[in-house]
Amino acid sequence: MRVADLVTASMLALVGGIVVLDALRLGIGWGTDGPRSGFFPFWLSVALLACAVIVLVQAWRRAPGAPFVTRAQLGPVLTVLWPATAMVLLTQLIGLYVAAGLYLGFYMRRVGHHGWRAVLALSLAVPVILFMVFELWFLVPMPKGPLESWLGY
Amino acid sequence: MGFEGIFLGFEQALTHQNLFFAVVGITLGTIIGVLPGLGGANGVAILLPLTMRMPPTSAIILLTSIYWGALFGGAITSVLFNIPGEPWSVATTFDGYPLAKQGKGGQALTAAFTSSFVGALFSIILITFFAPVLADVALHFGPPEIFAIQFLTFSSFVGLGGGSAVKSLVSILLGFILACVGLDIVTGQLRMTFGVTELMQGFDFIIAVIGLFGIGEILLSVEEGLAFKGVQTGMSPRVVLETWKILPRYWRTFLRGSFVGFWMGFKPGGATPASFMSYSFAKRFSKHPERFGKGELEGVVAPETAAHAAGVAAMLPMITLGIPGSPTAAVMLGGLIIWGLQPGPMLFKERPDFVWGLIASMYTGNIIGVLMVLAFVPFFAAILRVPFAILTPLIVVVCAVGAYAVHSSMIDIWYMIIFGVIGYVFKKLDYPLAPLVLALVLGDHAENALRQSLIMSQGSLTIFATRPIAAAITALALFFFAMPALSAWRRRNRRAPETAGVAS
Repeated sequence: MRVADLVTASMLALVGGIVVLDALRLGIGWGTDGPRSGFFPFWLSVALLACAVIVLVQAWRRAPGAPFVTRAQLGPVLTVLWPATAMVLLTQLIGLYVAAGLYLGFYMRRVGHHGWRAVLALSLAVPVILFMVFELWFLVPMPKGPLESWLGY
Repeated sequence: MGFEGIFLGFEQALTHQNLFFAVVGITLGTIIGVLPGLGGANGVAILLPLTMRMPPTSAIILLTSIYWGALFGGAITSVLFNIPGEPWSVATTFDGYPLAKQGKGGQALTAAFTSSFVGALFSIILITFFAPVLADVALHFGPPEIFAIQFLTFSSFVGLGGGSAVKSLVSILLGFILACVGLDIVTGQLRMTFGVTELMQGFDFIIAVIGLFGIGEILLSVEEGLAFKGVQTGMSPRVVLETWKILPRYWRTFLRGSFVGFWMGFKPGGATPASFMSYSFAKRFSKHPERFGKGELEGVVAPETAAHAAGVAAMLPMITLGIPGSPTAAVMLGGLIIWGLQPGPMLFKERPDFVWGLIASMYTGNIIGVLMVLAFVPFFAAILRVPFAILTPLIVVVCAVGAYAVHSSMIDIWYMIIFGVIGYVFKKLDYPLAPLVLALVLGDHAENALRQSLIMSQGSLTIFATRPIAAAITALALFFFAMPALSAWRRRNRRAPETAGVAS
């Protein structure tokens, strides 16, 4: 936990520092018609820097407690995270509906060890339902790919 | 001021169409509240794009009904599965789950739903009377008062939020900084985009809500290796009626919980402390404090009443001042803007049909809600028996759909994943997420109010001390900001007065 706290606080301090620099570029003083663009972000980021330093000091003084994540915890977290990231990448390439079906099927098979029949049924049914609800019923278009254009959408 | 307003509202809320939306909203909301990773805020956020084409009154009724449903749904998971869906349901698990394990799940659920309803009703009645008055007062507010109120909003996160005050402050500041990214509409300059075109449109808080609360929550719940071990509901009309016979005994707890809930709830971040306060009050005043935590019905009544009263009270500042009291209210505020309404006190003058329709729908929504959850608990509880390997990807897909639908922009889905990871890390390190979201929502608004105030005073901060209303609010806000430091100092003095004397 302590290391994670230190890392997060350092990152926040870094963000604060970047924003301070950008605010200085924009000008933090009084313009012709009121405070300049950098005024508000400047004081925010100065305060953020101060808070990050306090968190750093507090974490530094504390004894290193339990680890941030154990190996046993990290496993399932990553098995959600990386396929989800892959799905977003796929969405960009082949559209959301196909990507969602593949993702659902993959996760059900890999984590849930469901039978192929259930996997196939759901990874077909869910995109079809999503398509009907969003594309046809509510007219909210989602990213589409080659399959949808082949089908004429 | 008379009753025409609320009558006008009921005319709106009781149309077939709007009652239908209330039922749909409650159903969806309860499902959302039961599902891990989906709660009031991100449930409403995901469904917001679907309401763009609806009339505003129907849209807000749908969204608020989702909120009521999510509040009820949180009680189901707390009692039957020992999983608090929201931080303010934590106190409900203390006695709710032991009751369910003793086979009294039906009683616990009936008590939870009924007390939710009572707490909500209390707050709605107060809103009905106070909202127009407060809106009238707020009409006279200038930029300094508006900024002072925003200052107060965030100070209450620091002062009342519990947890680390510094980390609450970090969340607030980060939210405001994220809100600054993109085009500064006043000067026309680009801020913190560093030449990246994608950053020009800034960060939409709806995406942040979906990522922080949706994806982040999913990551947290899989980490615990969740296999939901639920207890049978044990719900039947007989159990409901028998529990209702017992409940009037706890009228003091109901009353206390409602007051605490309303009082804490219209300030942001109030629902969680309200539920804990109400619980500890009930325990302190009880004749059998030793029974608490082992399955005491009063221990379910107290936090549920307060949490629901607070949840409803959070709508008061949203309607009257245009300042949301909770992340969910913030998302609804975003909805108002999408539907072309200007949130704030003028709404009562310009769109009375909308405001009163909303207030009236709080009555109808909660009545429909309590009846529906009482009738269909087993159905809602069954959702958590769907295998986790199906639920998790489904929720992630639904979140992605919701994130994309906001602006039809692919980058938003990436932001959602990034916000998800941030949400996961922040939650683990005790950085509160609600203040970040609220700051992101109110960022532009707060900055404009500050700018205009400073222009009025030609750059002097004394304007917040010389105008009486602004000064009073600012003083209260400063007190809240100082509260964590003050209480730490008092604790230190009390614990070791002699060592403190030596040290100084």
